[in-house]
Amino acid sequence: MQALTFKRGVHPPDGKELAKDQPIKVIMPKENSELFYPMSQHIGAPCDPLVAVGDHVKVGQKIAESGAFMSSPIFASVSGEVVDIRPMLVPGGAMVKSIVVKNDGKMEEIEGLNEGKDYTTMTNDEILAAIKNAGVVGLGGAGFPTHVKLNPPKDTPIDHILINAAECEPYLTCDYRLMLEEPERIVRGLQIMLKLHPNAKGVIGIEMNKPEAIASMTKACEGIDNITVQPLVTKFPQGSEKHLIYAITKREVKSGALPASAGCIVDNVDTVVAIERAICKGRPLMRRIVTVSGKGIKNPGNYKIRIGMTLRDLVDAIGGFNEENPPVKLIAGGPMMGPTLYTLDVASVKTTSGLLCFTKDEAYIPEERNCIRCGKCVEHCPMGLMPFMLNACAIKGDGEGFVKHHGLDCIECGSCSYECPAKRQLAQSIRATKKIEAGKKAAAAAAARAKAEAEKKAAEAEKK
Amino acid sequence: MANFVVSGTPHVRSKESIQSIMRDVIIALVPATAMGIYYFGLRALILIVAAIVSAVFFEWLYEKITKKPVTISDLSAVVTGLLLAMNLPAAAPIWVPIVGSAFAIIFAKQLFGGLGQNFINPALAGRAFLLASYPTEMTTWTAPTGFSGADAVAVATPLSELKAGTGLSASLGDLVMGNVGGCIGETCAIALIIGGIYLLYKHVISWKIPVIYIATVFILFAVIGRHGVRMPVQEIFAGGVMLGGIFMATDYASSPVTPKGQIIFAIGAGLITYLIRTFGGYPEGVSYSILLMNVCVPLIERFTEPTIFGALPKTKEAK
Repeated sequence: MQALTFKRGVHPPDGKELAKDQPIKVIMPKENSELFYPMSQHIGAPCDPLVAVGDHVKVGQKIAESGAFMSSPIFASVSGEVVDIRPMLVPGGAMVKSIVVKNDGKMEEIEGLNEGKDYTTMTNDEILAAIKNAGVVGLGGAGFPTHVKLNPPKDTPIDHILINAAECEPYLTCDYRLMLEEPERIVRGLQIMLKLHPNAKGVIGIEMNKPEAIASMTKACEGIDNITVQPLVTKFPQGSEKHLIYAITKREVKSGALPASAGCIVDNVDTVVAIERAICKGRPLMRRIVTVSGKGIKNPGNYKIRIGMTLRDLVDAIGGFNEENPPVKLIAGGPMMGPTLYTLDVASVKTTSGLLCFTKDEAYIPEERNCIRCGKCVEHCPMGLMPFMLNACAIKGDGEGFVKHHGLDCIECGSCSYECPAKRQLAQSIRATKKIEAGKKAAAAAAARAKAEAEKKAAEAEKK
Repeated sequence: MANFVVSGTPHVRSKESIQSIMRDVIIALVPATAMGIYYFGLRALILIVAAIVSAVFFEWLYEKITKKPVTISDLSAVVTGLLLAMNLPAAAPIWVPIVGSAFAIIFAKQLFGGLGQNFINPALAGRAFLLASYPTEMTTWTAPTGFSGADAVAVATPLSELKAGTGLSASLGDLVMGNVGGCIGETCAIALIIGGIYLLYKHVISWKIPVIYIATVFILFAVIGRHGVRMPVQEIFAGGVMLGGIFMATDYASSPVTPKGQIIFAIGAGLITYLIRTFGGYPEGVSYSILLMNVCVPLIERFTEPTIFGALPKTKEAK
């Protein structure tokens, strides 16, 4: 089949050879270690704790929840005592209120766990409720609540469910391993999603640099009419939601719109497996697969961890850093978009897909020089923006110019900085300005709403 | 506890640098430079060395005086010096490249903020300054006698013959190979084209500006011609069309970044070259055509901003 792709983009060296042949290994948290469950591991309203300090919790117990539709509950992944509720560092760099559970090592499970169901006999509402009640969110990185994504507004019919198996970030191999080791579960998860949208067809998009994964998934899809495997050109950011949709359907998601507006639902491989576990196994989201890689770690590989473990516990459990060449930089996620960590004392969350331990030469970032206007950032920007100009606006503090040149449409993929021969921090400056301008926009919208409401009230008062 | 580096994304970068790009431009200029020295002998070599050394020196000097970081290692001053020398007649006195480099580096480049901030091509600005200030030194052409030791004889360039309407004395083969009078680096079209292919292969330049510029010149001379004389092939191989189109008009800082803008820029430069050669006072119009288009770049870019991915349909602004 012809490999599909999007316009522009970059080809960073993929670095996957370090971990790609390492089968997924299960890592259990050590007895007496502390696990941290931050209240916000998803896009949407943060959860409120359902337990108090001193309570005993069991594996699979819902320990935090929110009444909001746009949210996702959190589950204990070990059994033990709640020892504290306090702020804890999460990979994004924020301090988030977290429930701290001391693992008693018994792994006592809560009643009702493991009661799998046959999804074919369930109604759509039951399936959606089960997915919500299992705390499933997008595990590719964004953490968008899956039950919201699977339940788009009625006026936007869905005709494609795309499984994002591009894994375009260099170094990461967790999705790749999952496709080799558990292809039938991915297919079953996709079938559950297709039951919700019977008019849609399922497409699994995999980059061409993973021929074994394409073969494995093609085999698992044999005899299923409404699921196909689509090879994609190996190019970054092929796994960006908008660019995956464009590659497969040739539809452009309009600026500011959600994928559903283009008739598509996109979910990551691990998310689909989480759906399958939630429905068929009756187990909520308590584990995820993390690629630990880079030359600074002794045993690079793919590890199935209990969500909530600190990254320090994970690194200790797999043999620690490479002592001869210790890392100088830690990255949560891939090297193109993952934030750096200044410590290993960070809670793993639902969206932690990787931990990269970069040595001095891997982490080398050359000095920033003058922009020479070579235009390579424009040539490679997958969004068709002019990053050098946005960078100039950012430096000048020209927010108006930044918005006018579509700075808010930046997906922060980092292709511009990757290509820049002057080694400018384009993506970083754009991200920072985006935050400021998005904040201003939200504040202006809120002010406008408040004003409209005040006027309405005044008008009503006058009527009376 | 170890301190880990915290930095903005992405954490991997391409190998390409300003220095590697400039090095590629220098490599691409090697064939034309060698042919220039072959045709015009020791004088050409001296002028080239003087131009490069003085360009680097003035960059260093300016940055020292203004207490800025010294950036001569990025090789951009070497490129400017070399390009300026390519645009000089071999008979020019040695102070000419030195004065030209000083103007190019200090006035055209550094005073506007250094690398990438110059709104016109520094080497061309240097040449234009020299041509306006020292017209005799800048337009005394000699025959390509190489290292033969023969006295340099003044000759007419193919372009001045075309201007005078006296017919070309050089064969097409001599024009393509560069065995004619002219600036040091502009005569050997074939060497310049080889350099251009190298730059395309290395993704340093895109094909748009050189191909469209040269095609525009070709088409205008083929369709309209010079007062009724149509010699488009000779026109593109004579004078600085190849050197200007491949190496000068593609200067990053002074050409548009947008793909559509590059097309407009190249067509505009081709048109002005045609107009100057046909109707202007000078026999050659390449330098001025590029300089004139250089100053239009901000305007061109404003109107050719690319459409973004997922652009909303255009709505008329409410009044």
